[in-house]
Amino acid sequence: MNEDAGPIFRQVAADIENAIVDGSLAEETQAPSTNELAAFHRINPATAAKGLNQLVADGVLYKRRGVGMFVATGAREQLLKRRRSEFADQYVSPLMAEARKLGISVHELTAMIGSWEEQR
Amino acid sequence: MTPPTTAAATVRDVTMRFRGHTALDGVSTVIERDSITGLLGRNGAGKTTLMQLLTGHRLPTSGSVEVLGGAPYENDGVLARICFVKEGQRYPDHFRVRDALDAAALVYPDWDADLAADLLSDFDLPAKRPIKKLSRGMTSAVGIVIGLASRAPITLFDEPYLGLDAVARQLFYDRLLADYAEHPRTVVLSTHLIEEIAALLERVLLIDRGRVLLDADAESLRGSAVTVTGPSDRVAAFAGRHELLHTESLAGQSRSVVRLTGGSDGGDTTDAGLAWEPTTLQQLVVAMSLATTRPGSSARSDLEEVSR
Repeated sequence: MNEDAGPIFRQVAADIENAIVDGSLAEETQAPSTNELAAFHRINPATAAKGLNQLVADGVLYKRRGVGMFVATGAREQLLKRRRSEFADQYVSPLMAEARKLGISVHELTAMIGSWEEQR
Repeated sequence: MTPPTTAAATVRDVTMRFRGHTALDGVSTVIERDSITGLLGRNGAGKTTLMQLLTGHRLPTSGSVEVLGGAPYENDGVLARICFVKEGQRYPDHFRVRDALDAAALVYPDWDADLAADLLSDFDLPAKRPIKKLSRGMTSAVGIVIGLASRAPITLFDEPYLGLDAVARQLFYDRLLADYAEHPRTVVLSTHLIEEIAALLERVLLIDRGRVLLDADAESLRGSAVTVTGPSDRVAAFAGRHELLHTESLAGQSRSVVRLTGGSDGGDTTDAGLAWEPTTLQQLVVAMSLATTRPGSSARSDLEEVSR
């Protein structure tokens, strides 16, 4: 875990969210346990548990008593929706700020994105 | 702050004096049961003294120490449940590694011989080698094996890594975490390698010149301070709204470690046109310890003479 990047439990939660969004952790499959997360990320188990509980509170994971945590049906769609709504703030805003600083117009920027896409 | 639900140890207004030198000065804290607490502070801050009080090696000059419901000093019922891995632990001259483990097995009721054997091979410790012939790092590893395999309800490690290489330290952290997850217990760990253990900690107790500077939940600390960089006047204005811990300036630019107050998450730096990044636990500890040594910044300057 990156100690410079704010609360670790949020990074733990974000990691699992990423796995759900990219499909590597499918809905209704079991999420890693507190102890697995603690060992893998080398973090205190209480911190790992806090990350998992955050996801339960968000409705992304749910508990099956005595078994563990599972990815809720609809979790991926819910996360995609949230990520999309955050996209402008997280990515467009710093892009626009840097473009403005360098005197790149919105028109030029759009062209840049278009030609970047073509080169892929 | 909400009071902890259960306490493994409670220290109330403890002062410890040695011949005119005050090692601990009115320390009060609670060590929470089944947590990993990092005991941090500079050399001579009083970390070892606090551990000696918790493990009944000393009696405080004033104040009280309660561990697992009783005073630890000369209290066998309490001491049997405490394992103290001392910095530079000495063993009898003729002791081989095996003998140290056998002795520990007799002392600690929850001793796990299988775990001890696993750890011996993890750390490449030769069971039949006399301990006095081991390197500094390997001697430290013997202490770590005993500390972990004791499974004592309260285990204290006082700078257990001396002489240990980076690989062995990683091994220690991994094994500590794995065993702690399976067998939760109270662990107190003093170290200067804050960056390495920061993520392992649930609680942080920072002492400086015998006093508690910080006693907090590790995770809440991670968002509690920021390092802001920008034009000096704007950095100063931002710091003025919060708590300035440390600042450095060059050519009109300043970089300051600022403890956020009033529930801010540092977002208001954006308005002020400042760059900011979260402060790591190590940076926070360094900045807070330095803040108390700044001349005139603290009522503690009168203690400086004593600790030197």
